Amino acid sequence: MISAKANAELRPNFLSRFAQGHAREVVFTLSRFYRNLSGALLTCFVIGITLALPASLHTMVRNINAVSYSWETTLQASLFLKDSTTPAQAQALIAKLKTRPGVADAIYISRDQSLAEFKALSGFGAALDLLESNPLPAVITITPVKGVQRPVIDALVVELGELPEVEVAKLDRQWLDRLFAVLSLIQRLVLLIAGVLGLAVIVIVGNTIRLDIEAKRAEIVVMKLIGATNGFIRRPFLYTGLWYGLVGGAIAYGLVFAAVFALSQPASDLAALYASDYRLKGLPLDATLVMFAAGIVLGWIGAWWTVSRHLREIEPQ
Amino acid sequence: MADIIHFHRVSHRYEGVGDVLSDVTFTLAKGEMAFLTGTSGAGKSTLLKLIALLERPTRGQVMVNGQNIASVKSRQIPAFRQQIGVVFQNFNLLYDRPVFANVALPLVIRGIGHDDIGRRVRAALDAVGLLGKEKVMPITLSGGEQQRVGIARAIVAKPQLLLADEPTGNLDPNMAKEVMELFRRFNEVGVSVLVATHAVSLIKKLPYRVIHLDKGQLSTRQSPEMMEKTVDFG
Repeated sequence: MISAKANAELRPNFLSRFAQGHAREVVFTLSRFYRNLSGALLTCFVIGITLALPASLHTMVRNINAVSYSWETTLQASLFLKDSTTPAQAQALIAKLKTRPGVADAIYISRDQSLAEFKALSGFGAALDLLESNPLPAVITITPVKGVQRPVIDALVVELGELPEVEVAKLDRQWLDRLFAVLSLIQRLVLLIAGVLGLAVIVIVGNTIRLDIEAKRAEIVVMKLIGATNGFIRRPFLYTGLWYGLVGGAIAYGLVFAAVFALSQPASDLAALYASDYRLKGLPLDATLVMFAAGIVLGWIGAWWTVSRHLREIEPQ
Repeated sequence: MADIIHFHRVSHRYEGVGDVLSDVTFTLAKGEMAFLTGTSGAGKSTLLKLIALLERPTRGQVMVNGQNIASVKSRQIPAFRQQIGVVFQNFNLLYDRPVFANVALPLVIRGIGHDDIGRRVRAALDAVGLLGKEKVMPITLSGGEQQRVGIARAIVAKPQLLLADEPTGNLDPNMAKEVMELFRRFNEVGVSVLVATHAVSLIKKLPYRVIHLDKGQLSTRQSPEMMEKTVDFG
């Protein structure tokens, strides 16, 4: 049976060789993962926590965003009328405004009503009594139809500002714009944190694989002695890194899910106080996929980085 | 070229130690079997390392299977080593996997198909008398059996050249005899074999050429009995 014949005729084609080789590594590395389950899971857990932190921050920002967008449609516009406008003209304007598309309601607040309201709310009542005339303008409060988008409302407000009876038209949105600015700042921060923690995942996987390589030093030497290529020797370590990342991603998903579950009741209680039936949402699908992909890719990179650095040092003597 | 190994005026020097091999010239013909003898430190292991490209010669030329090893770049070394089967004194088995996976390793490295692997591993294990031990973990085997697993691994990919470095060094005389018998059988079917050993008593009665190293130099100091039995194909 022993003859010095070439092996060429026994080699299947490239694709099937590739598939068989990788299938073998998948089975081999998974069984090794399973045999060292507690140690491997510990590493995965660290990766999971690292991935869960940016993911849960992202979930939080997404929820706040969703709530704020729902407030967007409850915005009101204030039309400050010119002093020359009579109450009768104002009433006529209201009747006209109510027929406009996009306007749900229009309420007239006369100068006297404005003054009374201001006196009651501002605490400057006594000071205002000293003034000879009422400094406040009459106001028409416009409520846009529910569900109308921001750009449409903005256009409406500009248009109403050009009416002859109107001095200034303003959307009560400053606080909302500020909130959105803060949210986009936080969103950027989440990205930065995710980037730094991504590096941490690479280092965690790299370090674990480094210990793995040390433990398998003798095995690597034998492999090299019988003619294994670096690519062949590298492959199981890359798969191991990939499993770490994948299982780490799953653990991160579980952590975020648990956090959302724990917070959902208090969140609905809070929403109820604002007469809202908002329910806390979990990690959205796209972010979930990104998180898993990040785990896999980072685990693989961490393994690649370490193996490439250490494989060259290990040579048979 | 009819030589599988050709050394031409080869010297090897280890930094701070001096010449371990000096001016060694010899050939091993295709299909030949020979023993490499000498006391420990005579340079036997170094000579084998030069053939397997574990070391590069300081001076001189080494040809293996018609290829000048000086022309083998480091990334071509794996493919070069795949032509050679190597048997070690300490077996060098992987103890985290069963016998089958150990013997299959050279075939896996070459990307041989799954079905062929099974067939050829069983054939190799059959050849060393270990058929039926595929699923056993190597650590549970005796030294002789472990060495036979190592030999099965070395021949499973049907190399043209088989190198062995003190293959019987860790074995008792009976097991050692069996192992030598295995080498003889592989040689009979055409494999070139070079066995480094200091077990002179063991090889005395075998009809093969002896290459004797003494302090790094080829020595002609052989017993007349051995000279007689020297078979030189070169």
